[in-house]
Amino acid sequence: MLKEFCVWLAGTSLSQQIQDAFWVIPTVQTVHIISIAIVMTSMAMLDFRLIGIAGRRQSLTEVGNRFLPWVWTALVVLLCSGTILIIGEPGRDLLNTVFWIKMSLLATGLVLTWTFQHMLRRSKTFWDRNRPAAVLLGSASLVIWVGIIGAGRWIAYVEHG
Amino acid sequence: MIRQLLQALEATPWGTAVRENTWLFPTIESVHVLALVMVVGSIMVVDLRLLNLASRQRSVKELTDDVLPWTWTAFGCAAITGTLLFSSSAMRYSHIWQFEAKMCMLVLAAINMGIFHLGAFRSVAHWDQAPSRPPLAARLAGGISLGIWLIIVALGRFVGFA
Repeated sequence: MLKEFCVWLAGTSLSQQIQDAFWVIPTVQTVHIISIAIVMTSMAMLDFRLIGIAGRRQSLTEVGNRFLPWVWTALVVLLCSGTILIIGEPGRDLLNTVFWIKMSLLATGLVLTWTFQHMLRRSKTFWDRNRPAAVLLGSASLVIWVGIIGAGRWIAYVEHG
Repeated sequence: MIRQLLQALEATPWGTAVRENTWLFPTIESVHVLALVMVVGSIMVVDLRLLNLASRQRSVKELTDDVLPWTWTAFGCAAITGTLLFSSSAMRYSHIWQFEAKMCMLVLAAINMGIFHLGAFRSVAHWDQAPSRPPLAARLAGGISLGIWLIIVALGRFVGFA
């Protein structure tokens, strides 16, 4: 069924136009990578602060206020640019195991980021009082976002249906 | 002379390994992407502060002390992985104009950074009173840097399609 959907999507005029203009895919990928740079750096700053290896002169709330809005905004840009890339080459992504691994990691990363933000808003000192939980969350988040980037690049190299 | 150098680079053990091993290239490329997003993202944090568009309540000195060590670590990783990827097909890459342009832009980024560090940044203690706006020279350096790095990302991506 997914395969039929991909065949249909690839046959739409929008997909055809993306495929025919050689510059669209690399340009949208550039926007995608720049947005990844914003999300990854912001997450790294938050996670490093959670673990306690950077930004210690600032409170977690200050670091969160600086970087969380950029994370959510850049994620919207990633959703849009990612959708254009899927419309242009549906089979490359939707029929690719690595793509779904990336999406699973992304869902996990979003839950962790939301948890961080939610607990911080309920209590400004929550993560300072629960150091082991903070170190665990920061480390897990870092590993997952690195995994998302790795999986994203590997989509291009894995045989798909 | 340059031709021989490029051929020698392709013949190195690492150049040969990256070219002939099917999973080595994508693995190194993944590390390159991870490193470059950290380079560009952290430079954006500093540039946006110089432009007075973000982190306004933090002094420039405190911000750069915090962020730039990560930038340099990531840049080291990007340079090493980039060299490995280049070595796998040095002759081919050297003829792609997007690759040549990317290297030129990296040099321009270095010159821009050098001018800023030897110029406006030397008197940072005098003008660095958050939340006041950095002087024109610092704002210019930030704006130029931001533009150059976005172009570097685009050129890098287009190398893969050339």
